[in-house]
Amino acid sequence: MEEHYQHLYHALSQVDGYIYPNEIDLHWGLMIVLYPYITGLVAGAFILASLERVFNVKVLKPTYGLALLTALAFLLVATLPLVSHLQHPFRAYEILMTPNPTSAMAIFGFVYLWYLMVVLLLEIWFDYRLDFVLWSRESKGFKKYFYKIITLGINDTDEKSAKLDDKIGYFITVLGIPSAFLLHGYVGFIFGSIKANPWWSTVLMPVIFLFSAMVSGIALVMIIYMVVSWVRKVKIDMECLDTIAKYLFYILIVDFTLESLDQIHRLYEAEESFDIIKVLVGGKLNITLIFMQVLIGTVIPLLVIGFFQFYKPTEKIRKIIYFIVGLFVLIGIFFMRWNVVIGGQLFSKSLSGFTSFNAVFSGMEGYLMAAVWLILPCLILVFLLWLMPPWKKTTMHN
Amino acid sequence: MDRRINKNRRKFFQTSATIVGGTLLYSLIKPLTSNAQVIEVNKEDNSINPLWGMGVDLKKCIGCGKCASACKTENKVPDKPFYFRTWVEQYTVKNDGEVIIESPNGGIDGFVQSVPNEDIFKSFTVPKLCNHCSKAPCVQACPVGATFISPDGVVLVDETYCIGCSYCIQACPYGARFMNPITKVADKCTFCYHRISQDLQPACVEVCPTDARIFGDLRDKKSKLVKFLQKNPTQTLKPHLNTNSRVFYNELSSEVK
Repeated sequence: MEEHYQHLYHALSQVDGYIYPNEIDLHWGLMIVLYPYITGLVAGAFILASLERVFNVKVLKPTYGLALLTALAFLLVATLPLVSHLQHPFRAYEILMTPNPTSAMAIFGFVYLWYLMVVLLLEIWFDYRLDFVLWSRESKGFKKYFYKIITLGINDTDEKSAKLDDKIGYFITVLGIPSAFLLHGYVGFIFGSIKANPWWSTVLMPVIFLFSAMVSGIALVMIIYMVVSWVRKVKIDMECLDTIAKYLFYILIVDFTLESLDQIHRLYEAEESFDIIKVLVGGKLNITLIFMQVLIGTVIPLLVIGFFQFYKPTEKIRKIIYFIVGLFVLIGIFFMRWNVVIGGQLFSKSLSGFTSFNAVFSGMEGYLMAAVWLILPCLILVFLLWLMPPWKKTTMHN
Repeated sequence: MDRRINKNRRKFFQTSATIVGGTLLYSLIKPLTSNAQVIEVNKEDNSINPLWGMGVDLKKCIGCGKCASACKTENKVPDKPFYFRTWVEQYTVKNDGEVIIESPNGGIDGFVQSVPNEDIFKSFTVPKLCNHCSKAPCVQACPVGATFISPDGVVLVDETYCIGCSYCIQACPYGARFMNPITKVADKCTFCYHRISQDLQPACVEVCPTDARIFGDLRDKKSKLVKFLQKNPTQTLKPHLNTNSRVFYNELSSEVK
C-alpha cells in the first residue's frame, strides 16, 4: 500500500496544470493496452485465414492453418490481462452471470465466448477432424490419446464425411468474418462510447480498431510464417509472402486514412477539447504517437511495401525487409493501443491539465507481466504447432 | 372440407403471427420501459420516495474546505490527497484572461492565493461532488450492475458486487469517482446515504458554516432545495453531456469545468 501511495505522490509532483484530484492515478495501465492489442491480433489473423478460404485467395494457402492456430493461441490469452487488472478478479464471472445490458463492457464475455467456442474451435476442429482420425492411428503416447479424444468419436474417413467437414468449415468461416469484425469493432466501441473522454469518444473508434486489428494480425502471421519456415528449414513461398504484404499495404492505407480523418476532423472542428488534445499530441504523446505509431508503424511500412509494388528487389532482400516491416507494424499498432488507452487518461476531464504515466517494472501492471502475456501466446502457438502441424495435414479444404 | 382446412390454416397463421409479433413487440417495449425507469426519476411524479438533490450557492462558498474534510471523516475516505468524494476548487481569473484552477489536497487545508492581487480579475471557489445524474454514464457503463440509482435518486455502488474494472471511473465526466485502495472497489459520494435515510443532512451540508450547500427533496415543493431552485437561476455542470445532473449551482461562472 505504502508503495502505491509513494507512486501516487510522485505522480502528484508531476501534475501539469489542473486535474480533478481523483485523476492522479491512471486507472487503466499496461494491461488494458495489451487487451485490445492481443484481441486485435486474433481478429486480424482470422481475417487473413478467411481471405484464403472464403475470398478464395488460394495463394495464401500456406498460411491458412498457421493463421487459425495463431488466432487461437492469442485468443486463449486475450482475457488474462483484462482479468488480472481487475481489483476483484475472482468476481470476474459476474460479467457473464449478471451482465448489465446497457454496459458496453458487459457483452465482451459473450462476444469472446462466441468467437472462441463457436467460431475458432469449431472451424479448427472441422478442418482437422479427418487428420486427427488418421494421426490417431499412427501416433504414440500422449499424441495418440489426444487425437483419439479430440475426434469426439467421429472416426469416419470416407470422402462423404470429409466433404461435410469442408462444407461446415466453410460455413463457420463465413460466420467468422462478421464475428471477427464484431469482436474487435466491439473492443473499439468500449472506448468510443465514453462520452466523458473526448480523446476516445469518436464514432470512428470501432472502425479504426478493426482496421488496425487486421493490420497487426496480418503482420503477425507474416512474421510467424517466416519464422516457422526458417525453423522447419523449408523454402518460403514468395508468392504467398508478397500477397500477404500486398494485403498489409492495402489495409494499412485504409487504417491510416481513417486515423488521419479522425485527427483532421478534430483539428477542423476544434471543439472545446481541442486545445488540450493539441498539447497532448504535441507533448506527452509526441514520441509514442508521431514517432512510434505514425512514422515507424505506418509511414515507413507504407513507403517500403508501396515501393515493392513497382519494383521488386531480390527474394532475399524482400524477405528481410518484410520481416522488419512486419515488426515495425506490430510495434506501431502496440503504440496505437498505448496512445488510445494511456493517452486518453493523461489529460484531465477538466480539460485543464495533465497527469503522468509512470510504468513499473514488476507487479501485476508492470512491464514484466506485460512481457509474460505476450510471450505466453507464442509458447501456446509452439505447442499447438507441435500437436497439430498444419503442414502435416493430409487433407486440405477445397 | 377444403374451406375448413383453409380456416384452420388461417387460424394457425394468425396465432403464429400473434405470438411472433407479440414477442417482438415485447422485446421492443422492454428496453424502452427499462430506459424510462431511468428517466422517470427525474420527473415530478407521485412517488412516495423522496428525490434527493443538492444546490450549491457559489455566492456563499468561502472555500474553507470543511465540507471536504468532514466527508473524509464521515465516510472513512483514505486520508491521502488522491481520494475525494467531495472537494473544493479555487478559480482565479487573471486580468489577461488566463484561468488558474487549484485544489491542493481538495481544499481541505484551505487555499493560498498564488496570483498577486493586482493581477486578479476575479476569484471564487467551487465545491464539487458526484452529480447524482439521472442519466448517469457510470451506471450505464458498469458491466455487472454494481453501481445503480436508488429509488430516491442517489447513485450508489454495491461494494460486495463491484469487480473493480474502473470502467465507471472512465465514464464519469466529473472525476467524482475513485478506486478505494482499501476496499478495492469504486468509491464515490453517496449524499451520506446512511445519514439521509435517518433524516439527517449529509456531513458536508451539516458542517458548511455559510449554508452554501442546500440538500433536499426535489419532489417536495416546500423543501429548501426547491425554494432555492425557484429563487435562483441555477445551472448544472457539463450540461452538453446530457447527464441530467441533480447538483445545481447558483452563479456558476463559465470558467468552471
